[in-house]
Amino acid sequence: MTHLLHLIIEPGFFGNAPVRSALVAGGLVAVVSGIVGSFAVLRGQSYAGHALADISVAGGSASFLAGVSPLWGFAGVGVLAAGVMDMIGVQRPRGRDLATGIVRGAGLGLGALFLYFDTTHTSTTGATITILFGSLFTISSSLIPVIALFSVLALGTVLVLYRPLLLSSAAAELAAARGISVRLIGAACLIAIALTVSLSALTIGAILSTALLIGPAATGLRLTSRPGLAMVWAALIGLAATWLGVLLAYDSYYWPPGRHGWPVSFFVVTLILVFYLLSPRPVRRVPG
Amino acid sequence: MTGQPPAASPAEVLSVKDLNVRLGGRQILQDVSFTMREGEFTGLIGANGAGKTTLLKVILGLQPPASGTVRVAGQTRTRRAGLVGYVPQKIGLDPDMPLRARDLVGLGLDGQRLGLPLPSARRRKLVDEMLSAVGAERFADSRVGNLSGGEQQRVMIAHALISRPRLLLLDEPLANLDIASEQDVVSLLGQVAKEQQVAVLISAHDMNPLLPVMDHLVYLAGGRAATGTTEEVVRTDVLSDLYGQHVDVIRVHDRILVVAGRGGGTRVPAPSADAPAGPCEDEPQPDPHLAESASP
Amino acid sequence: MFSGFMASTWEVASIVAVVAGVIGFFVVLRGAAFVADAVPQGAFTGAAAASLLGFNTLLGLAVASLAGALGISWLGRRGRRDVATALVLVVMLGLGALFLSFSSEYAPEIYSLLFGEVLGVSATEIAPVGILGGLCVVATLILFRPLLLSSLMPELAEARGVRSSRMELVFLIVLALATSMTLPVTGALLIFSLMIGPPAAARSVTSRPLPAMLLSVLAALIVVWLSIAAAYQTNWPVGFFVGSLGAVCYAVGRIWAAVRSRRSVRAAEPTAGGPGSDALAANVRV
Repeated sequence: MTHLLHLIIEPGFFGNAPVRSALVAGGLVAVVSGIVGSFAVLRGQSYAGHALADISVAGGSASFLAGVSPLWGFAGVGVLAAGVMDMIGVQRPRGRDLATGIVRGAGLGLGALFLYFDTTHTSTTGATITILFGSLFTISSSLIPVIALFSVLALGTVLVLYRPLLLSSAAAELAAARGISVRLIGAACLIAIALTVSLSALTIGAILSTALLIGPAATGLRLTSRPGLAMVWAALIGLAATWLGVLLAYDSYYWPPGRHGWPVSFFVVTLILVFYLLSPRPVRRVPG
Repeated sequence: MTGQPPAASPAEVLSVKDLNVRLGGRQILQDVSFTMREGEFTGLIGANGAGKTTLLKVILGLQPPASGTVRVAGQTRTRRAGLVGYVPQKIGLDPDMPLRARDLVGLGLDGQRLGLPLPSARRRKLVDEMLSAVGAERFADSRVGNLSGGEQQRVMIAHALISRPRLLLLDEPLANLDIASEQDVVSLLGQVAKEQQVAVLISAHDMNPLLPVMDHLVYLAGGRAATGTTEEVVRTDVLSDLYGQHVDVIRVHDRILVVAGRGGGTRVPAPSADAPAGPCEDEPQPDPHLAESASP
Repeated sequence: MFSGFMASTWEVASIVAVVAGVIGFFVVLRGAAFVADAVPQGAFTGAAAASLLGFNTLLGLAVASLAGALGISWLGRRGRRDVATALVLVVMLGLGALFLSFSSEYAPEIYSLLFGEVLGVSATEIAPVGILGGLCVVATLILFRPLLLSSLMPELAEARGVRSSRMELVFLIVLALATSMTLPVTGALLIFSLMIGPPAAARSVTSRPLPAMLLSVLAALIVVWLSIAAAYQTNWPVGFFVGSLGAVCYAVGRIWAAVRSRRSVRAAEPTAGGPGSDALAANVRV
């Protein structure tokens, strides 16, 4: 029995400090992303979520430049971009994606500019890669309280606004008729998304942040028609994918090509895709 | 605020006085006045573009009038007081939305409250009762996006009624229904009006399906309104005056037809031609949600 | 800045701008901004795989773009399109991370793949870019009408025998080829900005398809030329200018549309009194 366990979990897994930090930080981010991401997907803001991740990366580079702690760079720029997107954004999904793309293009252009200043003034060439791909295993445990704080903020916003947010996402007209300020709720939701995404972009990289935001949430939507349950599923799936991913990445140290293991992001993303593909497509009535 | 009149006449629920509404530089409604009492069923009749939706939005408080007053149960700011229920014309409900019919109806009770909902037997019972009142028990646990137009409408009516409003507004509920469903909805609404003593205002471009249950009529044309009972309003002289040109009112069996006369007189202003397309958001398209889900 | 070695840069950039303008018109029309953004990013994986396995980077890019486009099409039919795009994108980037972790020499090439090396374009790159670009433009023009119809009114197109799923696939393939051939030159960032900013502005000015497409090409050319000139002068990355100018295009388009709609509303305002209001009493009440 222990032999089988050892086969799956290489020895020293739980004793390894970076692994523990990865599990805690990754777990927190996965749960928050799953729940906040459910609203992002429902509101057709998958692209916005992805764009905010990249833009907060630009914020990260800017903060390297300005000597400010990267967390504030990431989060601050993310929230700012969310504000801009909300201001110029439009209600219809197509127009909104267009606005998102424009903001992302401009934001990334700025990011390119900051990276350019960065690499010419300092010599952090490896910074590009780390910022983009991140690494769950290099999170210092001192960052965890801050991560927890931001997670609580983002999650708290969405949970406090749960009912008006659900109603405005499902049927904005009905919400407006009840006196709910659909616009304000939308802005708050986008900011919560920005916080979540910039948090996860910092800790686990821009790729993973989008994957954890969208994938588990989309899967949860397919699994059940009950709103609360869909979000619980999203959190659980994200958590499972992250922890399993960490486990596999740790194990992969012993796999070919043998030097430093396979990246966590690859495992987590692949698991997220697998869970999505495994979920049954809900029966759809033909409109008519 | 006036005190309650003696029990003989039902309380006034809606009072619209001298309402003028301008939108985008055009006069949409001009000096519209009418009242509604508890339990009354009023049809808001007019062609497309006549201003029906605008009037409903003003009553809801979503559109400020240029002048005039709207009072619901004597109060002016009505939305937050939960006095008015609203069933909009067409909502694109996303089939992916994890929201069952009973969830949407439940949100009618407390959709505007902050914080997480606690499961409560009382809430569930209220939702169940409302669902059976509108005949929606069959599909209570299906995703709202998966329901047919008629089914969705019942759910939305339940959503609007569960918070016990004094006034129920419906925007063209019959527009996309087949005849059988039309009759079902009309008799359901008539029943609701009588049993729950709710004032029901329902807009339509054809008054005929409403005739069996309608007490009063607000007939909109050219931004102006003729109000009263069907017999009082739907008459050749009254409507010709309203339209500004000669129209004939013809009764065939139990149906009423309003037929335009031969030319001359003042044209009823048509809605303005479409503005040139901006980036996608201005493009005239049927329904964004349907369009999105139709494309692969 | 117009000297010999820059000549190739101007030529290639112009070709890229034309392709971006033509295809971007449909990107904006179909609301495919996310897809246009995602496909080049995913293609980046192909380049990483190519450099790892030692074969031609351009081939790797093309294969990865096509794989991404096909993946989005397939997954999009089984679920929501925006979710499909996001998932395909992250999976391809995840694979890219995997390949990168296997190889050790990558830094400078990655930067140029992401942000472009327009200023370092050599004359030999003009031919393949020109040929592939020409193919994409010609394909788009041949399919112009069915593609337009299925983008604007899918049901009507179906009635005429134009299957929207097929058009979607064709569109995605053309998009994939266009982005893959321009990617090494202009970078993943540049190409999608060119495909949405200038066409969005063009559509605000006119809603007639052919003039909008021509205007979109013109706007893309202007953006690219200005960006190259600015990058040459300041030495800042070209990507920054393209991203910013793309946003400027979009803003100009929105402002134009807003101004014009306000002017047409004022024109429609009835003169004091209006046609019927004097003639009849205020309200006909019984």
